[in-house]
Amino acid sequence: MKATCWHGKNRVQVDQVPDPKILNSRDAIVRITSTAICGSDLHLYDGFVPTMEKGDVLGHEFMGEVVEVGRAVKNLRVGDRVVVPFPIACGDCSACRAEAYSLCENSNPNAWIAEKLWGHSPAGIFGYSHMLGGYAGGQAQYARVPFADVGPIKVDNGMPDEQVLFLSDIFPTGYMGAEMCNIQPGDVVAVWGAGPVGQFAMASARLLGAERVIAIDRFPYRLQIAREKAGAWETINYMEESVQERLRELTGGRGPDACIDAVGMEAHGHAATYAYDRAKQAMMLETDRPIALREAIMACRNGGTVSVIGVYGGFIDKFPMGSVMNRSLTIRTGQCHVQRYMRPLLEHIRRGEIDPSFVITHRARLDDAPEMYELFKHKQDDCLKVVLHN
Amino acid sequence: MATREEMGGTSREVEMPVEIVSEEVWWLEPVSSMPRVAGAPERGGWLGEERHFGGMPRGADRSGRQETGSGTERLARGLGLFGLGLGLAELVAPGALARLIGVRERDENLNVLRAFGLREMASGAGILARPDSSAWVWSRVAGDAIDLAALTRAYRSDKSDQRRVLAAAAAVLGVTALDVLCAMRLGREADGAGMASGRRAFAEAPAAGGTHVRHAITVNRTPEEVYAFWRDFRNLPQFMRHLEAVTVVDERRSHWVATAPAGSTVEWDAEIVADDPGRLIAWRSLEGADVPNQGAVRFTPAPGDRGTEVTVDLRYDPPGGFLGTAIAKLFGEEPGEQVKGDLDRFKQVMETGEVVRSDASIHRGMHAAQPPEELPERLRGRTGSRNEGREAGWATGAEGGV
Repeated sequence: MKATCWHGKNRVQVDQVPDPKILNSRDAIVRITSTAICGSDLHLYDGFVPTMEKGDVLGHEFMGEVVEVGRAVKNLRVGDRVVVPFPIACGDCSACRAEAYSLCENSNPNAWIAEKLWGHSPAGIFGYSHMLGGYAGGQAQYARVPFADVGPIKVDNGMPDEQVLFLSDIFPTGYMGAEMCNIQPGDVVAVWGAGPVGQFAMASARLLGAERVIAIDRFPYRLQIAREKAGAWETINYMEESVQERLRELTGGRGPDACIDAVGMEAHGHAATYAYDRAKQAMMLETDRPIALREAIMACRNGGTVSVIGVYGGFIDKFPMGSVMNRSLTIRTGQCHVQRYMRPLLEHIRRGEIDPSFVITHRARLDDAPEMYELFKHKQDDCLKVVLHN
Repeated sequence: MATREEMGGTSREVEMPVEIVSEEVWWLEPVSSMPRVAGAPERGGWLGEERHFGGMPRGADRSGRQETGSGTERLARGLGLFGLGLGLAELVAPGALARLIGVRERDENLNVLRAFGLREMASGAGILARPDSSAWVWSRVAGDAIDLAALTRAYRSDKSDQRRVLAAAAAVLGVTALDVLCAMRLGREADGAGMASGRRAFAEAPAAGGTHVRHAITVNRTPEEVYAFWRDFRNLPQFMRHLEAVTVVDERRSHWVATAPAGSTVEWDAEIVADDPGRLIAWRSLEGADVPNQGAVRFTPAPGDRGTEVTVDLRYDPPGGFLGTAIAKLFGEEPGEQVKGDLDRFKQVMETGEVVRSDASIHRGMHAAQPPEELPERLRGRTGSRNEGREAGWATGAEGGV
């Protein structure tokens, strides 16, 4: 089959690789109809995630048609149309029982590597390094889906791929980011990053009752989509104005009740801090650039919540712990427990309350993946989200 | 799930009567209140049985340590003096030395030799100042590695006298072996001293060459279920990667076959020395084992309805002694990691019904995360595919495919 493979920093290629095989009795093989490039794939593309190997099949947002099931899979049949969640979860361990699927205790066969870096291991993830399992991903023609009796959700033929594809990651991730803010009536929520996840965090904050949503980014076209499609009340372009000052102005001096970091480890920022973190990262003195996170913490109102859904990989520098502690902030974070959100969010889509396809700006063929990575990375052609169709 | 039912089936067959719970099994105490010290082995009991561990009998441990200590220190001093001498030669007569080892007398090479001389002398002086500390001897080992790397480069250069370079490399290798031996002995003696003072974890201070490993994991099943599965030793190869087969001989005795580094296998007979259903199983190898070993696994209810805490203790005499362990570590075969991985897989089998596999993890060593061309031999017919044994139809159909 054809698959998008990682070949090093800034190098992906569509290669011929063997077809996936059933490796466990609870596996299914899915013929992929639509798949997407995630902002977090750019961290792999940019070489910031350790334990990648040449030839690793990328991609963790995908959907398609079941073509084979292992003998222990009773809930799926060949021909079923499914969306596959990006964290791999067994459904049996204590974490899965508590619906903390991205913390599944059994789905990472390389748990020992993650334990060395992070203390304990989270769940395995499709196409996202060997540290997170060494699973082939879904930017391909076919994928093997472990624990197919737990993860994939069946969707009716009536709903087009583009409406349901993002149930695999970015819609639930944005939703969980908003849910972790414990939004109360009258709350003001600020979202750093108007990429696809940020857009869904904004839309979800509105769904959950936030009165005002403020979007922060540096690309006017992304801020425009936030205003027009995701329900942002106000936008801040941090290249043009001071985020802290503007947020104070917009919230009567209080600061937002909740701040969502939908940026993660490769944040951009203003000259001085950006240069500082960029240099430290280049010299391997810190692995991640926490510019958005620092800003979110400093901006948040006393006693407010900072919700972190942007991906971080390792260690950060100059973390304003004094601000967190003295001002009673709550920090909540996590890889999304996608399996927990797929069903309720599918209902939102079915009822017409949200159409997730609003983030799509580019549609291409699987063969075009390398160009699309490049385009997405450099935000060319006002790119927000790329969907690859088979 | 079928696999889970099968599992239950096999485990029911082996309900054995309660056996001998030795009073000497010191870790019947809960892990938290157990002295993580060394006092433990000195209490004796089946775990510390000296006949399974080559070398000194345990009784002679303390007095014996003193003696080997001074012996090792004498070796260290010798190495220190050797380093000073060689270093001086490298520093003042690099040309003669270059000819001796078959390297061209170019300025670059001579400067490298002088630098190496300084390094040798620094290590040598350090050792002579602290002959009881392994740190300086380890610095020699690091130096040896640099020497060997330099000699490898010299060997590849067509300007060198390759026969002389090889002879030099052989000499360095010999010294390296001595350095490693000395450093490890010193390290162990330091551990031993810490052990006597009660501060060192038992795990780090095995007596006389034995290695002790402990790992724990929480399994979301009752102690009875977890115990029953483990108690049927025939189940162990399912999740213990290096175990090929266990044959149960009778209620107490079993025969174990395991793979060892470099493709060889090791075998031993074992007997159960303690068996407390739902709580503890302990075993040890019998006379004549390739790798004398003993182990115990304890099952305790986890707080908060989280299943069972499974704690494994393994003590064994690695082939090749401590040098063997060190070399195994270099090649990523570290026993502690093995036990941790085995426990991860044990949890997978107990909770999900089978060992969880990824595209990369089914291969030994590193492999790209892409589907295998062919299934590895040991997985064939065991993956749980409905199509096992025949071609999957979808991939060759007109739709999609290659």
